[in-house]
Amino acid sequence: MRFLAEVVISLKPVVNDPQGLTVRAGLRQLGFDEVTEVRVGKHIALEVDGDSEAEVHRRVAEMCERLLRNPVIEDYRIELRPSAGPVPAPPAAPA
Amino acid sequence: MRFGIAVFPGTWSERDCARAVEVAGHESVYLWHRDRDLGGADCVILPGGFSYGDHLRTGAVARFAPLMESVQEFAAGGGLVLGICNGFQILCEAHLLPGALTRNASLEFRCETVWLRVETAETPFTSACVPDQVLAIPVSHGEGRYVAEPSTLDRLEADRRVAFRYVSRDGSPVGDASPNGSMRDIAGIVSEGRNVLGMMPHPERAAEPLLGSADGLRIFRSVVSAVAADTAFAVAP
Repeated sequence: MRFLAEVVISLKPVVNDPQGLTVRAGLRQLGFDEVTEVRVGKHIALEVDGDSEAEVHRRVAEMCERLLRNPVIEDYRIELRPSAGPVPAPPAAPA
Repeated sequence: MRFGIAVFPGTWSERDCARAVEVAGHESVYLWHRDRDLGGADCVILPGGFSYGDHLRTGAVARFAPLMESVQEFAAGGGLVLGICNGFQILCEAHLLPGALTRNASLEFRCETVWLRVETAETPFTSACVPDQVLAIPVSHGEGRYVAEPSTLDRLEADRRVAFRYVSRDGSPVGDASPNGSMRDIAGIVSEGRNVLGMMPHPERAAEPLLGSADGLRIFRSVVSAVAADTAFAVAP
């Protein structure tokens, strides 16, 4: 069965995030004064085949440990659900 | 002696490195990322650039290249490995050096000559320098902010493994003028065995007076002396 695994990579709280600070400054510039903190991360969506949710979760965690995140500076979170179908193909390039 | 210069897709500094080696009076050979052969090199250089497009994270994919398996073995056996810019990022991703290189605090790509203070001459890469000497060497990167746990930084300093720090021209602390906001102004570090150096600035771009500075040549000359003398620089605990 096929699962959609969404991996969210975030900078560890101790790591300074200049991108987040810049986004916060931009939001405040637009009048969103209620924003107290912004952290910018990464979202990686994977379509993964496997027999069970537990097995797929274990494999995706291994992918995170070995490649998707840098343990020195990043944390990760995995969200799994049955895949709704193939990932849509990108639009064709103009001829 | 012979330098091996790694070439990944997206590497852009290999010819500058080869030129610096030539100016130093030695030979170099390019090492293709898909090969495992180190070409009989006495020192392997991982040059600057954007290996594999730096997708995901800088150096994250290059670390898995077949060539890197040989480089890992070479380093484990005490071989000299010099990682410059993207090479430093690859060495951190490969866990040959601690810490990580992240987006510059300014969020800008910085390409300019900076001042580096030599923190220790007791490495095979800095033996031709004098401690506290200030070198003029360019940086050229967008992700050079060195980050590590405070305990890691303390240990690097206690073991005298910080090779270079960003400073002002007179050698005083760089303050807000740091090109990237690195923790403790760290510009380069060596491994526990002192045989692996990672540095963000580009010594190969400061290898002859025509380029504005020949200070970077000291790093190549240091390597040559270390290989000639077969010097071990391991520091007793």
